Amino acid sequence: MSNELPLWEIFIRGQHGMSHRHVGSLHASDAEMAIRHARDVYTRRNEGVSIWVVRAADITASAPGEKGPLFDPSNDKVYRHPTFFDIPDDVGAM
Amino acid sequence: MTRDEALFEFCLRLGDTTLILGHRVSEWCGHAPILEEDIALANTALDLIGETQMWLSLAGEIEGKGRNADDLAYLRDAWDFRNLLLVERPNGDFGRTVMRQFLYDAFASLMLAGLMKSADTRVAQIAAKASKEVAYHLERSADLVVRLGDGTAESHARMQAALDEHWPYALEMFVADDVDCVLAEVGIAPDPSTLRADWDALTGRVLSQATLDIPDSGFAHKGGKSGRHTEHLGHVLTEMQWLQRAYPGARW
Repeated sequence: MSNELPLWEIFIRGQHGMSHRHVGSLHASDAEMAIRHARDVYTRRNEGVSIWVVRAADITASAPGEKGPLFDPSNDKVYRHPTFFDIPDDVGAM
Repeated sequence: MTRDEALFEFCLRLGDTTLILGHRVSEWCGHAPILEEDIALANTALDLIGETQMWLSLAGEIEGKGRNADDLAYLRDAWDFRNLLLVERPNGDFGRTVMRQFLYDAFASLMLAGLMKSADTRVAQIAAKASKEVAYHLERSADLVVRLGDGTAESHARMQAALDEHWPYALEMFVADDVDCVLAEVGIAPDPSTLRADWDALTGRVLSQATLDIPDSGFAHKGGKSGRHTEHLGHVLTEMQWLQRAYPGARW
């Protein structure tokens, strides 16, 4: 539909979260309105302390068709996972 | 009129105004132009009903006859309501709803700022809590007034019509009576007529940005604050109070 407002992707940083997390998307005519709508749609239950909005059209995504070449090669590289180290008890939870 | 009699009336005015406006705004639920607006309007309505709860509870406490907020909201008839006439106006189109909200929000933000300095701590506490919500309502409604006023020829015409229609009802907000004078004297509430200059400045800024012409009429409809309402309030109450009237004391 030509008169539909642009789509925005919404990222919220929670009370104790370190980073913004993608929570969904909504329609708004500009960034300012997107922030307001995000506040009303996604933070009604005290979920967030910060909101980022990004125009969905500005996001470049990897192509699903290239899934194989992009991600399969890392399947068998177990040595990339830090599971071969003994962690001293004193370090605590990591 | 004693101090408490005046304060009881005053709390009813604040609580009834937020109750009726909250009900009006809630009528949009499921009908707003877009889903995002629908949720935003429902949030606003809930904020207003929450504020109502505080003012009517305090009214019941001051009255001292054992009536709680629900009794006051659901078991009084139109002539006992003290809400401003502006808020019982039908929603009309989305623009009319937004304009009504903006004119009220601008007033509420100034009134609450005054009430935060109230000599009565209960009033000051409620005002402090409500003022944050109202600050957001005002930001939202002012933004929409500008977007729609300075929008298309169609939206501009609708917003100008909305402003012209609401204006004489809005001016009731600034008409002070005995209740207001008693409370202003003891420092419980600001005299509403003293808020007019700031309201004019605030609304003037937004309306000029919205390219809308401010009506030059000073005529104000009166009556809401003393229980003389338009025919619309009865219809609102019929819907709002139906369940408690049909099934007295029903709970869930």
